[in-house]
Amino acid sequence: MAEAEQPTTETQARPPIQVRYCQVCTFPLEYCEFGSSFKKCKEWLQNEEPDLYDKYYSEEAMQAKLGTLSLEAQSKLEKEAAKKEAKAEAKADAALKKKLASQVTIKRIERTKRKHVTSVHGLEAFGIDLKKAAKQFAQKFATGASVTKNPQGLEEIIVQGDVSGEIVELIEEGAGVLKGIPIDNVVEVEEKPKKKAAE
Amino acid sequence: MFKKFQPSTDISGQTSVKSSVQRSLRSSILSQWTIDPETFDQIWPKKEPITLVKCREHISIYQLHGEPLFFQHYDGPLFPTLKILHKYPFILPKVGVDRGAIRFLLAGAHMMCPGLTSKGGYLPAADEGLPAETPVAIFAEGKENAVGLGTTKLSTEEMKKVNKGVGVETVHYLGDDLWAVDKL
Repeated sequence: MAEAEQPTTETQARPPIQVRYCQVCTFPLEYCEFGSSFKKCKEWLQNEEPDLYDKYYSEEAMQAKLGTLSLEAQSKLEKEAAKKEAKAEAKADAALKKKLASQVTIKRIERTKRKHVTSVHGLEAFGIDLKKAAKQFAQKFATGASVTKNPQGLEEIIVQGDVSGEIVELIEEGAGVLKGIPIDNVVEVEEKPKKKAAE
Repeated sequence: MFKKFQPSTDISGQTSVKSSVQRSLRSSILSQWTIDPETFDQIWPKKEPITLVKCREHISIYQLHGEPLFFQHYDGPLFPTLKILHKYPFILPKVGVDRGAIRFLLAGAHMMCPGLTSKGGYLPAADEGLPAETPVAIFAEGKENAVGLGTTKLSTEEMKKVNKGVGVETVHYLGDDLWAVDKL
């Protein structure tokens, strides 16, 4: 955003208030307690800015914040916050596990009698930009490549021609955007479905 | 409004805005918000063209260099994004909720009258009362920064009298999907 500038007119512009946002939960620092990663937020703040940490979490600050809530209401809030945090952590763990277990599936699909297309499925679990990857394949193999949604709703890259072997090699090399895929996660499958739309 | 908003699927298009439309936007903002032109120039410098991002349900978001500045629903009032409101908290009138309501607000709930009229809440005094359908900034008890933005469903006097039902409809809150978007 535009930085605070003082123009030389009679009415001076009011400079913006610089709000510090927590790097862990993107909220303004005082709202970290309502986010789902309160503990990590506190740790981060303690490392980064010890004086701000004192400002928000020291004893007097905590007392003043209790405000108009009674004691039971406060402890109830704390319990619910802890539950929410645990749930968010469990979700993050499950997502990570899924990522490690997910596979890149390479399928060779028959299009007409002697033509094939290769479908690469499962790259987004590794954080790869599908459009860029498709472009890279197209360049490498001098054929068409596109990103489509298959009937399950997941996105996959379709490369014209039978290039499954070369795709495995490319992934092994990890060229361009294809970084970070362990070789064991790549699976080759032969399939003969009839595709509705002619590729 | 931004409870389930994903930039990948919910944006129908981006267009640049005609300068006549830009001028009318600028003047309607200056009349709706309590901001003076020089300060507004820091948010949106005179020479810079903004882009319009059209989203589902007739929501239009106006952005500058990829960063959303303000938005509107149909042709309704223009709301600043929460990030802009944090930098210039004086541009919209304030209402306050008490502490217990904060977590519901952060989950996207609308604000009920009791949260505004109770001990921790804050409503402007009778002589500065706000009519219904005004954009307001929602602050939380004990916090410096706004929690969200909304429109009043009842006037502030009615809220104090009736004290039941929805007081302020939450339009944009901290941590919703518009907050998560830094660049469109």
